[in-house]
Amino acid sequence: MAEVELRNVSKVYKDTVAVDDVSLHIRDREFVALLGPSGCGKTTTLRMLAGFIRPDGGQILIDGHDVTDLPPERRPTAMVFQSYALWPHMTVADNVAFGLRLRKLARNVVEERTARMLDVVGLPGVTKRYPSQLSGGQQQRVALARALVLGPKILLLDEPLSNLDAKLRVRMRDEIRRIQQELQITTVYVTHDQEEALTMADRIAVMNKGVLQQVGDALDIYDRPATAFVADFIGSSNLLSGTLRVAGASAVAEVGTARVPVDADGLADGTAVTVSARPEDMEVLRAPAADAFALEDARLVNFGAYKRLLGRHPAFGQLEARVPKSFRLDNAPVYVRFTRARAFASDEAPADITDKAARDPARNR
Amino acid sequence: MAAQAPALPAVRLTWWIDDPRMRRMLLRLFAGALAVFIGIPLLTLVLWSFAGEWFWPNLIPTQWSLRWWQEVLENPRVTDAMFLSFTIAPVVTALTALVAIPAGYAFARLDVPYRRLLLLLFLIPNAFPRIGLYVSLAVLYYQIGLIDTYWGIVFLHMIGTLVYMTWITTATFRSIDPHLEEAARDAGASPLRAFFSVVMPLALPGIIVASLFSFLASLDEAQGTLIVGTPHYITMPVLLYTLISSFQRPVAAVFSVLLALPSLLLLVVAQRYLHSEYVAAGLGRV
Ligand SMILES: Nc1ncnc2c1ncn2[C@@H]1O[C@H](COP(=O)(O)OP(=O)(O)OP(=O)(O)O)[C@@H](O)[C@H]1O
Ligand SMILES: [Mg+2]
Repeated sequence: MAEVELRNVSKVYKDTVAVDDVSLHIRDREFVALLGPSGCGKTTTLRMLAGFIRPDGGQILIDGHDVTDLPPERRPTAMVFQSYALWPHMTVADNVAFGLRLRKLARNVVEERTARMLDVVGLPGVTKRYPSQLSGGQQQRVALARALVLGPKILLLDEPLSNLDAKLRVRMRDEIRRIQQELQITTVYVTHDQEEALTMADRIAVMNKGVLQQVGDALDIYDRPATAFVADFIGSSNLLSGTLRVAGASAVAEVGTARVPVDADGLADGTAVTVSARPEDMEVLRAPAADAFALEDARLVNFGAYKRLLGRHPAFGQLEARVPKSFRLDNAPVYVRFTRARAFASDEAPADITDKAARDPARNR
Repeated sequence: MAAQAPALPAVRLTWWIDDPRMRRMLLRLFAGALAVFIGIPLLTLVLWSFAGEWFWPNLIPTQWSLRWWQEVLENPRVTDAMFLSFTIAPVVTALTALVAIPAGYAFARLDVPYRRLLLLLFLIPNAFPRIGLYVSLAVLYYQIGLIDTYWGIVFLHMIGTLVYMTWITTATFRSIDPHLEEAARDAGASPLRAFFSVVMPLALPGIIVASLFSFLASLDEAQGTLIVGTPHYITMPVLLYTLISSFQRPVAAVFSVLLALPSLLLLVVAQRYLHSEYVAAGLGRV
């Protein structure tokens, strides 16, 4: 049994609000990913859970006990650092056994548990080596073993795979998930990689600028984004800014001279909105039709399994639609129709969104 | 589209760094030059100390003798001075380490207010001619009764050694990833335990080097010791300075060799130690 609760937790640095009033309940045995762009406060949140940073406001509870004032050595959490932070002067076995020895366990117990944990992470037979004699993936596994050997209630991981190459990253991703399932351990996993979050986590908590945007499973986050930020950050979206016009049950967004039918979820007529539409929610037509817009400068980008159709529209700017890999342009005109578009109140200025998208190469790293 | 210019072959001016053979050769050359610079004067001294008769233009003495060594080592003033020097240097080193290690750690890790200012303050004694400092220190020592005492000399030596050692340990601690310490805390270690289990072992090479410097600096200090230690506390270098004019040249050579010996020995020991396995592993990580 191990659940974690963040209650209105905040952390302010001199000129930045790193974490802004975050409340989050992580259930027993749950794998939650903290996802967001660089600098959104993920690490700060995780380090507050581990006890390395004291929140300026709010509480942290583990199994109902307030641990806000406890130092890291007195919390039932274990952390895997992005840099692994293996002790270079100790062998692999000593690294893993360090915490057990602190607990003054009998020698054979220490050895047995160390060996078993190295087995769990798939690293038998390197016990006498020093960390510098291991590959990145192996170091990663040692770091994981070192954290898990103490039987923590909560496992915390801060971008543990970011130093590995793409292939290994995918393998370790599955491995970490397998181990988490095997040990049934409540886990908080920080990442800026949405693919990691979507594939590994039971639930994803999306953050931006210290604010928790949405918490939900992969489907929620992808299909029912709560904010324009989430819609844009997860997957990719066409983003338009306009004004909402509500008439009875139907709503449209006025974007320049164009009108796009949208889901507006109870927003009032006249609201300034950001409209988001996924590339796969754009229908591509060969002939003009109602609600369809002609694309200028259309071109195709091949992604292997599918293609993306890129083009411009005078009112919307750049638009993007997903098309089958057999799709060809053949110099014929193309039109797109928004089959599903969502409108969000533009409390987040559109400038913010583009700014975020522009300075976020991390997303594609 | 304009035709692209053919890519120039990338010429790197630092190619010789990448060539291991070249690198080894340069390293040997450098080591050789260093050996010549340090070795030749030292060798001359050794020759002088064993010279019975040595006139220009002979390259080596024409007669050998142990008489200078005997003369020096049988002189009770010399043995007293040696004893004093070797009782002061370890105490200076230990006390310096006791202050400099926590100070270095604090400067490297903790949010010490006015850190820059404090570090600068530490350097000030080195920024002026030492002799002025020593004279004013002597005046102070007269007032508080530290003049011509053992501890007076120890504190004077520590003015210099504290600066070096704090600087070196600060740099050493700063080079150790704070996450290593945090990982220890995370595994259940108290701050003190994390320091001694993780930080200290990793900082040890730096601390040893710093201690070595302190030891040698104390052993070599003559100016200040002369001012605050006379007439009763005469260390080796002070004796050398005061008597050098009245002694013959070979005697000065014997002295110099005696003074250089501990430095050489310590450096050899340190060099041994700094090659030990885990240090290499620690450096390999970077
Ligand atoms: N010690 C600090 N002093 C001042 N500001 C800090 C400090 N640590 C973090 N910040 C700021 O707090 C914000 C959140 O930082 P945090 O490290 O939590 O981001 P992150 O989401 O982990 O980003 P990344 O993906 O780049 O690791 C950033 O704007 C950062 O500049
Ligand atoms: Mg981070």
